[in-house]
Amino acid sequence: MTDAASPTPRVGLFVTCLVDFFRPRVGFASVRLLESAGCDVEVPAGQTCCGQPAYNTGDLSDTRDIARRVIEAFAGYDYLVAPSGSCVGQIRQYPTLFDEGSEWRRRADELAGRSYEIMAFINDVLGITPPEQGFTGRVTYHDSCSGLRQLGIREQPRRLLGGNAGLEMVEMDERDTCCGFGGTFCVKYPDISTRMVDQKAESIERTGAETLLGGDLGCLMNIAGRMHRRGQPVKVRHAVEVLAGMADEPAIGEEEQ
Amino acid sequence: MAVSEADFRARARKALDDDNLQAALAQAKGGFVDKRADAILDLPAFEQLRERGRQIKDHTLEYLDTYLDEFEQNLNSAGGQLHYAADAESAREAVLRICREAHARQIIKAKTMAGEEVGLNEALEAEFETVESDLGEYIIQLAKEPPSHIIAPAVHKTRGEITELFDTHHHGRSGGPLRETPDLVNEARGVLREKFLGADIGISGANFLVADTGTITLVTNEGNADLSTSLPRVHIAIAGVEKLVPSMQEASSMLRLLARSATGQQITAYTTFITGARREDELDGPEELHVVLIDNGRSRMLGNDYREMLRCIRCGACMNHCPVYSAIGGHAYGWVYPGPMGAVLTPMFRGLDKSSDLPQACTLNGRCQTVCPVKIRLPHLIRQLRDDAFEQQITPATTRWGIRGWAWLARRPRLYTAVTGLAQRLMSRLGRGSVRRAPLAGAWTAGRDLPLPGRGGTFQQQWQARQRSGQDG
Repeated sequence: MTDAASPTPRVGLFVTCLVDFFRPRVGFASVRLLESAGCDVEVPAGQTCCGQPAYNTGDLSDTRDIARRVIEAFAGYDYLVAPSGSCVGQIRQYPTLFDEGSEWRRRADELAGRSYEIMAFINDVLGITPPEQGFTGRVTYHDSCSGLRQLGIREQPRRLLGGNAGLEMVEMDERDTCCGFGGTFCVKYPDISTRMVDQKAESIERTGAETLLGGDLGCLMNIAGRMHRRGQPVKVRHAVEVLAGMADEPAIGEEEQ
Repeated sequence: MAVSEADFRARARKALDDDNLQAALAQAKGGFVDKRADAILDLPAFEQLRERGRQIKDHTLEYLDTYLDEFEQNLNSAGGQLHYAADAESAREAVLRICREAHARQIIKAKTMAGEEVGLNEALEAEFETVESDLGEYIIQLAKEPPSHIIAPAVHKTRGEITELFDTHHHGRSGGPLRETPDLVNEARGVLREKFLGADIGISGANFLVADTGTITLVTNEGNADLSTSLPRVHIAIAGVEKLVPSMQEASSMLRLLARSATGQQITAYTTFITGARREDELDGPEELHVVLIDNGRSRMLGNDYREMLRCIRCGACMNHCPVYSAIGGHAYGWVYPGPMGAVLTPMFRGLDKSSDLPQACTLNGRCQTVCPVKIRLPHLIRQLRDDAFEQQITPATTRWGIRGWAWLARRPRLYTAVTGLAQRLMSRLGRGSVRRAPLAGAWTAGRDLPLPGRGGTFQQQWQARQRSGQDG
């Protein structure tokens, strides 16, 4: 493993299952953003999901198997980077799945130590602010809970987005309240989840923002889906789409042109 | 009180549809959260205090047997008696026995969650005239409802509902005009004053039990605990064994944490230290003082993976900051402890099989942990309960096999890519943009439109195609 000062860090992109399936452009935006920040980006074959659905359902044996696969697939890269605080939060939990002193524990610890959410990686590890992308408009930002509380991601996205002079950031009220996604929670308890996301949609409405940005596709799809149902015309995007200059394509849940 | 852990979903649905409850919850939520935040801004060392709180509780739990002995000796020297109750039934029996031996007729109660936990009220009401003296508890006693919040038991009641209850019970009328809050408080004060003076027995909880002095510590904002514990002939305090702290020094640290976390106060209006019964040279205070210490599953927790939950000082900050609690209120949780606290305590005390929804009905957003004054890793414990539920097959079979099937696929990357690729193709053809309903997605589309994937294939498919054609990402 090369150190952070190495001229071209080798980054393995962990795409995440939601981006892979629902919004591939977030994956391409991530690649573009990392490459423009001077990284050598690969998408390791053999990646599927981080195992969080199994972990949060209490299926530890399957989580462990999936964790081993991720550990193997990302061996040899300087960093694992993902466009999701939630998945990186999960990968950082991997060590707890293995017995202390075991080889897998050592490898899990090692991977956890070089795994980063993409915006925290660019800001905190690379120390780079992406160039102005010319994005304009009134924006509000949803802090996803796992990024916020497990990884301490709050200022990084705002700093990076601040590179766009025409982007006006308006913070919503109750910005550290969960949107009601919660992985399988949103389909296990749809009534409660809907009430929670309704409150989030109302907070967003009060900002008058035209665009909602965030760093986790699960939350964003939940909020976009609810706002669409309510007829609330707010465009919802992953923040890396803006940072990579790819915010001209349809927003989440919008029709392709 | 009614105990019904089952059917969480039905109660949650009912709560979501209850406009009065929703109005009350919306009003309460902001109050608790903002007041706590302001109180903490005024105390920059609050984080260090939380760490100290954690250490005090961990230390006390480590040497619980020693502190228990010390407390008993000092309580005895001060003229009090200790009764140890292994379970809810023996706790009720211990209290009833004391009341019978004192030939009690009327009982006045201050708020006690331990009392709620062991079902003390029904047992007392069957034999004695029993009146709650905490205003919130008094209101829900009239309404014959269990508390919905551990600090503010009647938080779910609106002023209109309280006016009606008081009209019915105090004046035997209905349909009277809506009254102002101070009028309602004064009316309750007048009614309760008579009850305080007439009671033979006062029952309270305890916020802390101080081992090296044998002192019971109580906090209230109404002063009702002081009257309940000093006017009647007999005072009975009921508390869980985890309420012990080594000395006054630790008690004072814990009090600083408790008031700020619970109500955003620097200190509650009344903080009472009771050491022993009335001494010969004293003018007031009870002739007898009894402390009923309940185990009720706590020593089992000392030895299992949920031990840190015994640090809990019942401040309620976790539920005040819980978005699920804010949506459905306390009654939906089905037992005395609601919110994140209840999601751990109810399975511990009542059995995971009887409260299987509670640890599942959580988004693991982690806000509760950030406000817990004794740093209990609530999301970790809640998630760990899911491990237990999965292992003990309490998790529904459909969920277990669904997850296992999905995990089976996730371990086979090539098959995974093919299957997700196909599923994505099918799904992208359901429409454009978003759809209002889709096969197998009913739970999602109940309240949300479903954003559809585009038509270019999954990221992995597109990436592999680009790699093959030598294109840059």
